[in-house]
Amino acid sequence: MTVTDTHTDFVAPTGREEAWRFTPLKSLRGIYSEINSPVPPQLTIDAAAGVVVTSVDTTALPAASGPVDWSSAIARAATTQSTVITLPRDFVDSTPTVVRIEGSGVDTPSVAHIVINAELFSRGVVVLEHSGSATYSANVEINVADGAHLTVVSIQSWSADTVHLGRQHAVVGRDATFRSFIATFGGKVVRLVPTVEYAGPGGNAELMGVFFADAGQHLEHRSLIDHAVPHCRSNVMYKGALKGDPALGPEGIARTVWVGDVIIRAAAIGTETYELNRNLVLTDAARADSVPNLEIETGEIVGAGHASATGRFDDEQLFYLQSRGIPADVATRLVVRGFFADVITKLGVPEWESHLQAAIDSELGLAAGSESEDDQSEDDQAVDEATA
Amino acid sequence: MATLDIRDLHVSVNAEGGPREILRGVDLTVKQGETHAIMGPNGSGKSTLAYSVAGHPKYTITSGTVTLDGEDVLAMTVDQRARAGLFLAMQYPVEVPGVSVSNFLRTSVTAVKGEAPKLRTWVKEMRTAMDALSMDPAFAERNVNEGFSGGEKKRHEILQMELLKPKIAILDETDSGLDVDALKVVSEGVNRVASSGEVGVLLITHYTRILRYIRPDFVHVFVDGRIVAEGGPELADALEADGYDRYIKAAASA
Ligand SMILES: Nc1ncnc2c1ncn2[C@@H]1O[C@H](COP(=O)(O)OP(=O)(O)OP(=O)(O)O)[C@@H](O)[C@H]1O
Ligand SMILES: [Mg+2]
Repeated sequence: MTVTDTHTDFVAPTGREEAWRFTPLKSLRGIYSEINSPVPPQLTIDAAAGVVVTSVDTTALPAASGPVDWSSAIARAATTQSTVITLPRDFVDSTPTVVRIEGSGVDTPSVAHIVINAELFSRGVVVLEHSGSATYSANVEINVADGAHLTVVSIQSWSADTVHLGRQHAVVGRDATFRSFIATFGGKVVRLVPTVEYAGPGGNAELMGVFFADAGQHLEHRSLIDHAVPHCRSNVMYKGALKGDPALGPEGIARTVWVGDVIIRAAAIGTETYELNRNLVLTDAARADSVPNLEIETGEIVGAGHASATGRFDDEQLFYLQSRGIPADVATRLVVRGFFADVITKLGVPEWESHLQAAIDSELGLAAGSESEDDQSEDDQAVDEATA
Repeated sequence: MATLDIRDLHVSVNAEGGPREILRGVDLTVKQGETHAIMGPNGSGKSTLAYSVAGHPKYTITSGTVTLDGEDVLAMTVDQRARAGLFLAMQYPVEVPGVSVSNFLRTSVTAVKGEAPKLRTWVKEMRTAMDALSMDPAFAERNVNEGFSGGEKKRHEILQMELLKPKIAILDETDSGLDVDALKVVSEGVNRVASSGEVGVLLITHYTRILRYIRPDFVHVFVDGRIVAEGGPELADALEADGYDRYIKAAASA
């Protein structure tokens, strides 16, 4: 069995499959196997000038490319209207197009199909921001045409009762760059599967992610990069923090899963790939699984590697920082911010970087950036620059 | 003038088979402007004394008092103790991945002084202090203690002391693992701070070597969890010549 096989399934999962073995199926309210009478979520789109947004009949669109498993297939089959966002040929604007996806409650399943097309030589940013309560299964299909450069940011700020299954598949054209940034903070169970295939040589995919699980959350991210075309690059970098609550027993466990599958097929000579996952455990009652899978069918590659590690912010580190006058909450924030900083600064969209920073602070249960704290963090950056 | 007062301090740790008493009645007074040396053999409890004063959660105070200008230090959290003016240069400084030295130092100085230092003067102050300790400015961008050599970690501890300007500084074997050049640099740092007259220094050491560079006003011999002899700098000279054997035997037969 190859790693792609685990992403393609034509029967409903039972939980024994490699791809589902970490997922708490019982908490999914059934949407992994069957979706009846779904409703759409509430979508609000704030498009950058020049970006074209249309709503089309889902059946009029071509079938999904790349690996499709049962749960994403039934979600697509249950969708009637798709939202298509197009960055026209030669479009260049760093102003993000923001899609706000608001849950329509947990009792009725909801589905969505969002297509993002970045046409020839276009360059832009699309942000998907999820919030509210939902039992939600969505397919996001991304086409990055030759020479285009697209960043798709997906932020999961769901309420604590939300279930979200999501497939985000990108087809990356010749000399095109696709950047995916996934930030998952909210939700009861979130299971996202970002996948990438290449349509021509010279393609570049960067998959970045941050996630922060607290008591009772299961946050799962499984990426798949399928290198079947020569001279393409991929880089995966996911960082997660876990903060469970030991006092709550099994309910208090913070749970994260990262699986990074990369396959380099025989034809994919000159491939360069690297993937990294780091997890920071802040309390007891936390479990992080981190599984890199690299399958290589050709020796003629530039490089392939992976790194995965789960560390703990321990009492000795806390004591050291406190012994320098730093209160415990500030010390924790200092460490967590430092931990996430290198991924977050890769986002390259400043207003959303500070948005993510604030989301992380609020996960820590700290006052989300009062004025003076904001000043301080800007100052800190200034110090870093000044001393560089 | 700030005074650290340690009275009849008993401390134990949780060992296999129950609590084990490490400190067995320590009495010590350190005043701002004074330099004290505590000397003792391995395992005598020197670090335990340092950590107990700083508030490390591993150590349980079973009896006795520690006060700073009459304030009950033992009732304070670790960070409150630091803000009250206590500083501990650790024997084994801790690595903190993901946090740069510059960010750490500034956060720490902000916490201790109660307000963020002005950016321009701060960068200059940090650079000057690093320069005085022959630390490459590149250290500011490294993660706290991560991948630092033993000597670099110790310089970094002294750098923090110079920037935080504590009232009482406890230096736990800051000399161990240093070559002679590094020892001189670190000793100069301690002397700079001590000569201000604003800091009381409690220098914990196993060897007399550092006392060639830092002249203590008082020397205390520490054996088996308590102070067994006290004197002036001449006591260090006697220890250099004769070692701890005499005191260890006396403690054992006591
Ligand atoms: N968790 C523990 N369980 C049992 N014994 C402990 C524990 N922690 C410390 N000790 C013991 O306490 C004693 C004092 O240790 P401490 O580190 O204070 O000594 P020290 O004088 O600083 O030694 P050194 O010169 O090696 O730094 C030692 O015998 C040590 O083994
Ligand atoms: Mg020691």
